Amino acid sequence: MNAVEVRGLTKSYGAVEAVRGVDFDVRTGETFGFLGPNGAGKSTTIKILCTLAKATGGSASVAGFDVQRQRDDVRRHIGLVFQDTTLDTYLSAEMNLRFHAELYGMPRESVQPRLQQVLEMVGLWERRASKVLTFSGGMKRRLEIARGLMHSPRVLVLDEPTVGLDPQTRASIWDYIERLRKEEDITIFLTTHYMDEAEHCDRIAIMDEGKLVALDTPAALKASVGTDRVTIRTDDDDEALARLPGALRTSEGVVINVEDGEAYVPQLFESLGVPITNVSISRPSLDDVFLSYTGRTIRDTESAGPQLPPFMAAGRGHR
Amino acid sequence: MTTIAAVAIPRRSITLDLRAVKIVMQRDLIRTYQDRTRFVSALVQPLLFLFVLGSGLSSLTKGSTGPIDLRTFMYPGILATSTLFTAMFSAMSIVWDREFGFLREMLVAPVRRSSIILGKALSGATIATLQGVLVLLLGFFVNVPLTPGLALQLLAEVFLLSFTLTSLGLAIVSRITQVQTVMGLMQVFLLPLSFLSGALYPLSNLPTWLGIVVRLNPLTYAVHPIRTAVFDRLTLPDSVRAQLNPAITWFGWSVPTALQLLLVAAIGLALFVVAVAQFQKVE
Repeated sequence: MNAVEVRGLTKSYGAVEAVRGVDFDVRTGETFGFLGPNGAGKSTTIKILCTLAKATGGSASVAGFDVQRQRDDVRRHIGLVFQDTTLDTYLSAEMNLRFHAELYGMPRESVQPRLQQVLEMVGLWERRASKVLTFSGGMKRRLEIARGLMHSPRVLVLDEPTVGLDPQTRASIWDYIERLRKEEDITIFLTTHYMDEAEHCDRIAIMDEGKLVALDTPAALKASVGTDRVTIRTDDDDEALARLPGALRTSEGVVINVEDGEAYVPQLFESLGVPITNVSISRPSLDDVFLSYTGRTIRDTESAGPQLPPFMAAGRGHR
Repeated sequence: MTTIAAVAIPRRSITLDLRAVKIVMQRDLIRTYQDRTRFVSALVQPLLFLFVLGSGLSSLTKGSTGPIDLRTFMYPGILATSTLFTAMFSAMSIVWDREFGFLREMLVAPVRRSSIILGKALSGATIATLQGVLVLLLGFFVNVPLTPGLALQLLAEVFLLSFTLTSLGLAIVSRITQVQTVMGLMQVFLLPLSFLSGALYPLSNLPTWLGIVVRLNPLTYAVHPIRTAVFDRLTLPDSVRAQLNPAITWFGWSVPTALQLLLVAAIGLALFVVAVAQFQKVE
């Protein structure tokens, strides 16, 4: 059974089609990344999967339950970490988790051990009695992840888990997510618009303008957009170009596209016969993947996307 | 893989819904306890009304209130209206929760929305009643014969009234997303509701228009039973009783106290249902 199954999903808000017919499966146990710029329909899709919005058409199931007809069953089996904090900052970390346990009707005897386990997992056990308002942004996000795990969900949904955090904190959040993958028998479904973070996923789907434009492993997606690029500078570029069929001259030097750059470079040094002064290999990144599937870089879409005046756009996602 | 303390969440049941009601209440009570200053500062208004306004005006009204102190007369009204502010404020906390995200945590839980709203309504009623206990104690200073029986009766009536008022607040704020908006809106409701309830003046000899408006105000039907409970324990000539605490009449028919309380309960229930329906809506 797949953890998530989506078939022909559509969602319109009045005349605006946010989701325009999306199909995909998330396999049980995998970490599935859902990529796309703001406004691509990611959040709407997530809202439908979490039973917070009704689909206009199509169907979806999470953990084996239909999101429209078995709302409570879905809710019992998913853990949610939203983009914006949903903690009560005037309560202690522990009280936030206890509130969650009661609301989800966890068996009483399981609350204390599970509380300790999830707080230890995110490194907040020592701080359990502190009010959340004394926590840093990264600690709050970790606490939300711990809370999402309290009731042992089968699917953990992380909506932009690292948005608004500094790079170091982002890295530490990923450490916790990696640990979680190892330690819990859980499917992780996450959205992000940081391309580098998508590398942590088993498979990724790219959504753009309400549609899925690609879905595969990061490696396969990168392979699909092209080969490694080897750029060399030599003492005699003309001679090098003559000896290398298919090579191109660019402002950065001589460029050769090859399947496996790392294996190719030693051969090149041996056989070229022209002294090489500089070499660099670049792999297609997920940015290139996004570019090739949507025709825009994710950053271009960011700046062009939301129709907000700059002073309002600046605060987005940092609440 | 480390063994996880896998938790199996049982299916929805009455027990689970009651646990949800309880924890929503418990959270509000903890928050109130943490914010004791606000809890106590809500007493300022009743104190001002009773001892400043009441004492000041009593020199004017000495002749017309007969053997009874104006402050004794005002006391039941002030007890009733003091709950108004606290109950409305409790309802407002849900807007606060929405603005700061916590409402979402509650709305995605596998429990009935009505459990969450019931938790909110009961916590508002409980907090307002606890505050009512403090206001109740002021009765000792204004010649109210506070027996345990009277105290219990008054608190029960205050609880009923605060439940209705919190439900009114919840129904009003259910679609509002900003605390600022609510602040303004509450002003529109608070003073008119209390001024038009007979809390501060007797219902006898009112101008016709005012008499009609007062009869349409649900708060009137809570203030009157509370005042009647106090007046029943006072030894007064019938003429004074008729002037200061006349029966509420509908086209000449005196509405019995029990029906008044039933009316307050019914309105509260109806508003509660409206509030639940408002929160039930999904995108």
